[in-house]
Amino acid sequence: MFELLGIPPQALFGQLLLGLINGAFYAILSLGLAIIFGLLNIINFAHGAQYMLGALASWVLLNYFGINYWWALLLAPIVVGILGVILERLLISRLYHLDHLYGLLLTFGLALIIQGLARNEYGISGLPYTIPSQLSGGQNLGFMFLPNYRGWVVVASLVVCLTTWFVIEKTRLGAYLRAATENPTLVGAFGINVPRMITLTYGFGIALAAFAGVLAAPIYSVNPNMGADLIIVVFAVVVIGGMGSILGSIVTGFGLGVIEGLTRVFYPEGSSVVIFVIMAIVLLVKPAGLFGRTA
Amino acid sequence: MKKTGFLIASLAATLFASTAFADVAVKLGVLNDRSGVYSDLAGEGSVVAAQMAVEDYKAADKGITVEIISADHQNKPDIASNIARQWYDQDGVDVILDVPTSSAALAVAEITREKNKVFMNSGGGTSDLTGKACSPNTIHWTYDSWQLAHGTASAIVANGGKSWFFVTADYAFGQAMERDASEVVKEGGGEVLGSVRHPFPGTDFSSYLLQAQSSGAQVVAFANAGGDTVNSVKQASEFGLAQSGQQLAGLLVFVNDVHSLGLQTAQGLMLTESFYWDLNDETRAWSARFEEKMKKKPSMVQAGVYASVLHYLKAVEALGDKDPTKVLAKMKEMPTDDILFGKGMIRADGRKIHQSYLFKVKKPEESKGEWDLYDLVSTIPAEQSFRPLDQGGCSLVK
Repeated sequence: MFELLGIPPQALFGQLLLGLINGAFYAILSLGLAIIFGLLNIINFAHGAQYMLGALASWVLLNYFGINYWWALLLAPIVVGILGVILERLLISRLYHLDHLYGLLLTFGLALIIQGLARNEYGISGLPYTIPSQLSGGQNLGFMFLPNYRGWVVVASLVVCLTTWFVIEKTRLGAYLRAATENPTLVGAFGINVPRMITLTYGFGIALAAFAGVLAAPIYSVNPNMGADLIIVVFAVVVIGGMGSILGSIVTGFGLGVIEGLTRVFYPEGSSVVIFVIMAIVLLVKPAGLFGRTA
Repeated sequence: MKKTGFLIASLAATLFASTAFADVAVKLGVLNDRSGVYSDLAGEGSVVAAQMAVEDYKAADKGITVEIISADHQNKPDIASNIARQWYDQDGVDVILDVPTSSAALAVAEITREKNKVFMNSGGGTSDLTGKACSPNTIHWTYDSWQLAHGTASAIVANGGKSWFFVTADYAFGQAMERDASEVVKEGGGEVLGSVRHPFPGTDFSSYLLQAQSSGAQVVAFANAGGDTVNSVKQASEFGLAQSGQQLAGLLVFVNDVHSLGLQTAQGLMLTESFYWDLNDETRAWSARFEEKMKKKPSMVQAGVYASVLHYLKAVEALGDKDPTKVLAKMKEMPTDDILFGKGMIRADGRKIHQSYLFKVKKPEESKGEWDLYDLVSTIPAEQSFRPLDQGGCSLVK
């Protein structure tokens, strides 16, 4: 049988597709991080905890209020986003004039508190959440069995990522946002409420994390540490893509998912390290990241 | 606090000097995962179990003052080693309990031997603890990889599941599990078609599951634990491994994992455990008391901490002394007997011997409550549950 790099091409296509699906999660999460860093200059270490809150919220909505997956997809990001807005107003907004490190420490502390509270309340083993009936089952693509839900994850995250990119790069609102990043004082002078815009941007970034959390709930274990394991990788993705670059975070998110997927086939033991090796190389060769601009 | 306890104990000792009064102060250290993947099946629950043992034994009435401390080893062997050293050298700890994560357990066993203390493991899984890494100071209480692999794998092989594929966590425990289960499969006339080693801990297992699926193996076995197993089983159900005719086997599945997966996802899974809350009236009563404190049913690891503390206290009381060498000899000499594991013994290699149980996860419609999760398939007698004494390669066995 014809083989490619030592494995049958069918298996390779299957793995590429899976990599793309995992990349979808990286892309949504790193997009949120990139937006927050780009506009607020805050390295949001609580992003993983907020992703976990999204998944947890969908469980709570289902079990206490009987609200199904589709409504959770809309409601959980709103609820968690509002929580983000409150955090930004109460705490984070006090740190804008200080060094990055303070924001990092604050959000890291917040992440530990959120995870600790969730662990106290729900334990570590995780909570059951099943795939919505409309998306259970799968398609036989010939080279692999693709669960319908995974297909949905790729479509949903691509739509969300591209819409976000479009809004920021191509609309008037996005232009305000980008201008406010460059020179908040001048934008404020044109009568635009910059602090409010910043607050809402943080809320939106958090809502993106929660959206990824809801997407993850049916296929990953819903537990307080689910974000902590993922966030480190997502940070590496952001660094590789270039801090604050919107398009960079989307493209590298999907790209690194594929690379990680391939590592799982050829050298599975190394699959948790490969992204960090790439990060080290990128930092040596192009310190601003693949899509970043040198300041 | 500790001083007054000791004073009262000494006072009581003089008053009741005629009876066999121990008058010993012991310090037990519960060293486990208190925040990570194993914190539900071990964690604070193990500390509570140890406290229940001390209360149930009425240690204070028998002149034994017990202090229990605990620490989080974060599943890292280096952190576990540091805490163990500090506990033995500076804090006067006599016994270290629990220690899940095999790599951490092996490290603590080595230090305990070096310091000549007592290590009673409940949460760790590798059968090497009583095999080539055995130590006169280690007692391995609850379960091990050989036991679970043999219990689950031999039942499945006997039912015709002859070709296997392993999804293995890439650390000491996962590797030991895969090795032990592979032996059973080959002995039963089956074959291992392949295996994949994933980093620990992992989140996405779809890539490995796809490899397992395309291998065409009849049985896909998960040689991992905790959240890794939960994620593997959840995603295996998503990718339709069971629908395409593959049998799933969890080589180390705890009751908390099945609870977390939900019966819809986990139904039909075969697994082996040393303890389940719903075995008999005594386990149900004990588990109800535990649940009152912890708001969940106990795992076999927590049950093992309870039983091992009881046995240790019995030995200390019988000797009236806590000298590690004497206590270890006494514990191995006395048969074990408690409400959770029944009658048993501790072998020369440190292996605690008791029955084990093969379970099948219930269908959702068969379950009568939140924790009504297993059907008992068969009981494996104590003498068949664990690796024969002469096959482990332990240097203590002559």
